[in-house]
This record gives sequence, structure tokens and C-alpha cells, in this order.
Amino acid sequence: MKVHVKVNGVGYERDVEPRTLLAYFLREDCRLTGTHVGCDTSSCGCCVVVIDGDRAVKSCTMFAAQADGHDILTVEGLAEGGKLHALQQAFWDQHGLQCGYCTPGMLLTAIALLKHQPNPSEADIRAGLAGNLCRCTGYNNIVKAVQQAAGTLGPAAAGAS
Amino acid sequence: MIPAAFDYFRPSSTDEAFAHLQQHGPDARVLAGGQSLIPAMRFRLARPAVLVDINSLTDLRGARVDGKVLAIGATARDAEIERAPWIGERRWSLIYDVSRVVADPVVRQMGTVVGSLCHNDPAGDWTAAALASRATVVIRGKSGARRVPIDEFLVDSFATAVSDGEMALGAEFPVPDDHTAGSYQKVERKVGDFATAAAAVQVSLNADGTIRAAGIALSAAGPTAVRVDEAERLLTGQYPTAELVRAASDAASKRSAPQADQRGSIEYKKHLAGVLVARGLREALSRLGVQAFAHSGVQA
Repeated sequence: MKVHVKVNGVGYERDVEPRTLLAYFLREDCRLTGTHVGCDTSSCGCCVVVIDGDRAVKSCTMFAAQADGHDILTVEGLAEGGKLHALQQAFWDQHGLQCGYCTPGMLLTAIALLKHQPNPSEADIRAGLAGNLCRCTGYNNIVKAVQQAAGTLGPAAAGAS
Repeated sequence: MIPAAFDYFRPSSTDEAFAHLQQHGPDARVLAGGQSLIPAMRFRLARPAVLVDINSLTDLRGARVDGKVLAIGATARDAEIERAPWIGERRWSLIYDVSRVVADPVVRQMGTVVGSLCHNDPAGDWTAAALASRATVVIRGKSGARRVPIDEFLVDSFATAVSDGEMALGAEFPVPDDHTAGSYQKVERKVGDFATAAAAVQVSLNADGTIRAAGIALSAAGPTAVRVDEAERLLTGQYPTAELVRAASDAASKRSAPQADQRGSIEYKKHLAGVLVARGLREALSRLGVQAFAHSGVQA
């Protein structure tokens, strides 16, 4: 079947089997390998992409057919003209990654989180990232990175409970 | 694993969706959020020959408080419930609690309440909440739409009153009165895991402080979520006391019929069911201002 999607603002039309999962569609049919496949069973969140601007989904647990006609944001769409997105820069500044495997999913989940909650508390961020696993950093720096991007990391925020 | 091949239909009307389901009968499955179905297909636990994707059907979207019921459409996402404008009202506190612990926050962007009811996992969250809330599921069959009380809807593990060729259109949760509060207590090993045990509690008080109605249900306590009839009977008409909570808790332990697995032994899970019902009752009563039952732990 034909699937038309817009990924990072670019239109893609591909002929795929209905059973093609969105993660594999992005990686193999669109050749956008920034979206990682971790557990492949909707547990780890490495494959998260954002649909229609504000909805983070696990692309290993969605068929490409379901994305037909929708806008998809992947990690490749974050930086503009070689300049990192504020959230990417925050991950860099706060050392929010080590091996980097979970990072695309963390970034995209955080993008949607900040759309819904522009001023999240630390607890909001921890709750919002609960579907994304990281096996290196221990999360603290990831949370700080999201706080930095939201503008809520600072002396004032550090003292609040 | 990649799912077995299937034919995919994305109808643009409920009539069209129903026609596909009627035509393919047991070979077809409805695709709503897919957060249980797609993993099951990937593990080849499910191999439907036909998927009918209902996500384009605008009349099945959303969750609205409509008169006496909260009407949840078949494609309303868990996240929509979590962010609903009415979710902060005390009367919806059971639903509020559940909406924050189903699966994980990303899965909740796709997962649906009605899909969860139709999947009827023995350790599901919405099934227990629906029992405690006395919800109804609207099913479209050959002779039109019918309303099935949740107790009849939950037939057996992964089996419901939705027959081959039929589809669930939505669920209706009665709007609780002003003197109602609830609580959902879930113990899980990690975020996104199914419950080791969980208890859904909803309590309505009379003006004199006695309990007018109680809904008590358990998850991961049998082939489907189960209602603890005995606890509901004990509570109704009584003043809430510590002894009464203990009696309801004991009834829940007794009613729980879990399976031993890597999450715990039968003995542990039965004990836990009782503990969670007691915690749920104390929390619901606390939300109703019955402070004698507030948690004794340190308050934030």
C-alpha cells in the first residue's frame, strides 16, 4: 500500500506492506536512521517520534499505514542549519547522554512534553520521561537538560521543592 | 519480530468499519491505539488476517461529560483523559489516578480506554476502574447498538461481550455525584509494567456521613478484573471506620484469586490486594474530607 508522510517537513511516498512498522519505515524506507530501535516492544522509548507537532509515540508500536497523511518529527529534524535545537544543546551542556542510543527518543519525548507543559517542574519531567529508558547516565542529567531547555534550571529552580 | 501479513482497511465511516468486520468475522480485529494489539501481533500471539483501523472515524473520538455519563469514544486516548478539563474534579479522582498509571506516558498518547477494556488483560487498569465506576460498554452488533454493563462485558481473560463481527463504539462512565471520590492503587515493578496487584475504589457519602455507595474492584486478581461484592456490601450504609476498612480489606484478600508469577506468589498478591483496597478507601475518604482516614505518613 502507498503511504504518504511528511518527515521533518519533507514529503515521502513509499509503497510498503501494511505490516511495516513506522520505526522501520523511517529507518529503511526513508533512510532516516536517527530513530533508534531498542527493545522493539514499546518498553524503552528509543524509537519515539513526534506526530503532528505534539504527540510523542513509540514508532515500533505503530504501523506506517497509521501515519499516512500525518507530519512526523524525528531527531534529524531538530537542528536547523547546523545549529543544534535548544534541547539538543541542553543535552550537550548538561551531559545528558553517554552512549547516545536513547537520546533521540529522549529528545522527541521532551519536545512533546514541553509543548504540553512549557514550564514543567522536575517532577513533571521525571513523570513525562518515565516511558524512556537510559542505561548510562542515571537520568539526573537528562532531567537537568530538559529543565535547561525549558528555562527552569537555575538558582531559583534549584532552591524550589 | 515483524507481525504476520494482514490486509489493512481504514474506513471513513462507522458503517463501513462495521461492514468490514461483518464480512471478515473472526479473522478481523479492530485497530484503535494498538498498544496491546501490535505487541501481541509482533510476538505472533495474535495473527489477524484483517485489521480495521478505526482512527479516521471522527464520531468515535474524544471523551465528553454528557449529562449523566462520561462518554469515552473508542479512539479516545488515555492521554486525552489525563488532560481532560474536568479531570481535576474530585468526583473523577478514580479516573484521574488511573489515567496517570496506565502503561507509560508515551504509550498513553496512543493507547485507548476502550481498547484496554476490549483487550481485557487480567492485569489491566481500566477494567478494574470500569467495575468500580459501574461503567457500560456500547457495542455495535447486527441489530444495532446495545449497552452492556461492565460486569457482563468482561467474559474471560482477553474475551469480552464483543462477538466476532461486532465492535465497541465507546464506554459510558456514570457521572458521580458531588459527594463521591475514588482512588486507584497500583503496585508495579516498574513504570509500564502490568500491575502486580491493583485496587480501584470509589465511595459516595450520604449527608449524614454514612456510605451511600461503594465500588471496589481488583486487577491482577483472577482471569479478569473482579468486583469485590462482599466489600461493597459491607461498606454500604455504614459510617466509615477503621474496622470497616479492615473488613473490606479482608474481603478483598479473600476475593483475590491471582496466579503466581515473577511478580509474586499467590499469598503475597492476595495480601497486597487487601492492603491496596484499604489504602484506596483511606485515600478516597480523605479526598472526601474524612480526615480520620488520612495517611499517617508524612504529608508533602
